[in-house]
Amino acid sequence: MNTSGGEITVHDKHVDYSGAKMGMWLFLFTELIFFGGMFLLYAVYRSSFPEEFYSTSAELHRTIGAVNTVVLITSSLTMACSITAVKKGDTRLSALFQLLTILFALTFLVVKYFEWEAKIGHGIYPGSEALTAQGQGKIIFYSLYFVMTGIHGVHVLAGIAVISVTMAMTLKNRINKGDYIRLENTGLYWHFVDIIWVYLFPLLYLIG
Amino acid sequence: MTQEKETATHTVSYRANLFVWLALLILTAVTVMVAGIDLGRQGILVNLLIASVKAGLIVFIFMHMKYESPLLKLMLLMTLGTLTVIIMMTFLDTLYR
Amino acid sequence: MNSGQPAEAPQSFYYNTGKYRGVLSWVLSTDHKRIGILYLLSVGAFFLTGVTLGLLMRLELIAPGKTVVNASTYDSLFTLHGIIMIFFFIIPGIPASLGNFFLPLMIGARDVAFPRLNLLSWWFYIVAGFLALATVVMPGGPPDVGWTFYPPYSIRTTTSVSLAAFAAFVVGFSSILTGLNFITTIHRLRAPGMGWLRMPLFPWALYATSWVQVLATPVLAITVLLLILERSFGVGFFDPVKGGDPLMFQHLFWIYSHPAVYIMILPAMGIISEVIPVFSRKAVFGYKAIVISTMAIGVVGYLVWGHHMFTTGMSEEAQLVFSLITFIVAVPSGIKVFNWVSTMYRGSIVMAPPMLFSLAFIFLFSIGGLTGLVNASVAANVHIHDTYFIVAHFHYVMFGGTGFAFFAGLHYWFPKMFGRIYNVRAALIACVVMFIGFNLLYFPLFILGWNGMPRRYYDYLPLYQPLNVLSTIGSWVLAAGILVVVINLVRGAFRGDPAGSNPWDGTTLEWQVPTPPPAENFDVIPEITHGPYHREGKAQ
Repeated sequence: MNTSGGEITVHDKHVDYSGAKMGMWLFLFTELIFFGGMFLLYAVYRSSFPEEFYSTSAELHRTIGAVNTVVLITSSLTMACSITAVKKGDTRLSALFQLLTILFALTFLVVKYFEWEAKIGHGIYPGSEALTAQGQGKIIFYSLYFVMTGIHGVHVLAGIAVISVTMAMTLKNRINKGDYIRLENTGLYWHFVDIIWVYLFPLLYLIG
Repeated sequence: MTQEKETATHTVSYRANLFVWLALLILTAVTVMVAGIDLGRQGILVNLLIASVKAGLIVFIFMHMKYESPLLKLMLLMTLGTLTVIIMMTFLDTLYR
Repeated sequence: MNSGQPAEAPQSFYYNTGKYRGVLSWVLSTDHKRIGILYLLSVGAFFLTGVTLGLLMRLELIAPGKTVVNASTYDSLFTLHGIIMIFFFIIPGIPASLGNFFLPLMIGARDVAFPRLNLLSWWFYIVAGFLALATVVMPGGPPDVGWTFYPPYSIRTTTSVSLAAFAAFVVGFSSILTGLNFITTIHRLRAPGMGWLRMPLFPWALYATSWVQVLATPVLAITVLLLILERSFGVGFFDPVKGGDPLMFQHLFWIYSHPAVYIMILPAMGIISEVIPVFSRKAVFGYKAIVISTMAIGVVGYLVWGHHMFTTGMSEEAQLVFSLITFIVAVPSGIKVFNWVSTMYRGSIVMAPPMLFSLAFIFLFSIGGLTGLVNASVAANVHIHDTYFIVAHFHYVMFGGTGFAFFAGLHYWFPKMFGRIYNVRAALIACVVMFIGFNLLYFPLFILGWNGMPRRYYDYLPLYQPLNVLSTIGSWVLAAGILVVVINLVRGAFRGDPAGSNPWDGTTLEWQVPTPPPAENFDVIPEITHGPYHREGKAQ
């Protein structure tokens, strides 16, 4: 009989490491399917309006998109390093890496904000008069752009909140070499958010 | 629970992390360059392929999937399969309507 | 019957209140048994609400023209009836109440894998329930779009569709949390020696259900979220004027909502697979066939959503494929029915209330399932689409199937949950009354639908009246049966005779612990050495 890892003691203090991780992955599966619904809409509408998607995508600022991609990929690096650090027992370094992750995430959101601001400044946002007057493919593309990056942005925001909590816990040594599952699961979430962007970037910015 | 493998507690080194990061940066540069060349309709496929390689790197190294049990890998595969089938079957309608 | 412990043994979980006292010891408890009972009470309340709305609808339909409510009130009635019954009764009904209480007991665990998420799931459910009910008092009035929220009407109407859609979004979270909790629990917390093929069939059914919950519910979440964005900002995804495609809404909606049908029926089949062997005093026939068909229903059931859209103008290729797969999904369901009947063959059948409800289930579910094949055929579907034939079909599957199985499970496990037993005679009578009422209510609807009476109207042609009167009378009989069940169970919970630890002579683990179970279920986690339906001195 081998109960290591699968065991829960009477007072529930013993953490089932594998179970916690499985739970997190299952949650990420639901997130994947959730975004999958939007990717499905994107795919269907792109096949309906290939030309207009092509021309409208060119109106997005490719350099800004690329910069944000680099920012988010780098935040994934710092997140991964924070887990490496905590596994090696260096909680202070881990907390520092988490702080960097938060800063990169904030940078991403600020860049995103200005990008939205510019579009909205030109009167382009879902339901606006300027946009509704355009062709159907263009309306749908911009709606997909705002909805997909918007919902992704909400996930980035949630990530910042969660990483702030784990950072505080790491500083208080509640996340440490012996018990770091919360940080690891937070990392899984953060990398997932990164992956979504890895797909959004070419689909929105690079098809023009 | 007896028959399921425990999750690996493998530590990914800083070096490996850095290496993945560099690879992701290079792939990002490649995908932007590819978009610069006009490949017509095939452009989006190349870009999606590159995105998938990037996602694979993140999943396998940053998210430690490489070191996880076959069970978890199977679950991931099942989810991806589900998503693929949903998209394909919807196209069965929209493409031939 | 055994005369084991007294009804309220001091070690029972009712006495272990944990950190809190009074009501808080329930609504803040992380004990899966307390959460199971919370869920049972809440889904029960929503069920009775839904029944009341249904009775009102049937009353309106007793005669053509306006009888008791006007057209727009009737629209709200069927919308709320649908939303409440689907999202707040049938989907969480069995897994979250009976599943929560018995899954850990049946696999030899002390609790679920994530007890706090379990509690959070109930809170999401309650919040969503209040949001759904709040639509009644909101300006604009309750939604009038049907539980399916189809655009373009759902984009245009001024009723509180967004709030109802948001309630569906929140209750989806509750469902997802239950699903991922159960999957992890089954993988991680089975007792030593309980290999996959030694797991009872109800946990197997919950396992398949949980996967469907995890992989399908997010699609509903994004769909209703996009609907809300559509209504608030005019994003245009489902608006033909802006290039959107209303059929994409239908696709997304049914990508969730058809698998959801299997979220509803799979746990019900799990209950029947538990009850029939116990009351036939035999091991279940074809254990592996039931396991495989359970998983097969989960997989294939995911791929049939398009049969809800045969008349929308979808491509013929899609019609062909969706029709074929829909026929295929009937196969595993049929296998199960044969398994249950074969289990009873040459068994020593004990006609206790759970068994009677299970037999009613098999009969009603078979009618529901077989008429499903009529719907699956594209040609017939065009004829009966959006008629009362469909209404009759899904009530036979959902109420005659899942509803009766819920009552079977409730009567089966009631003594274990509450330590007391209800009046068995009253329960048997109630079951017969419900069965008669049910068929009186829903069978005429098949004929009405076949003859062309469309669903979702408060009015109809005079020639349809006789069968409508019959149906409405049936609704009263059915309601009377339900009332007897409720009174009998409530009375049984407080005044019933002590039940003992194993009143039905069950073989699975939950019957091996004291009644009601102690706070952490098992003093010592049992070691499993044989299959779940093993009886001493009998061949497997």
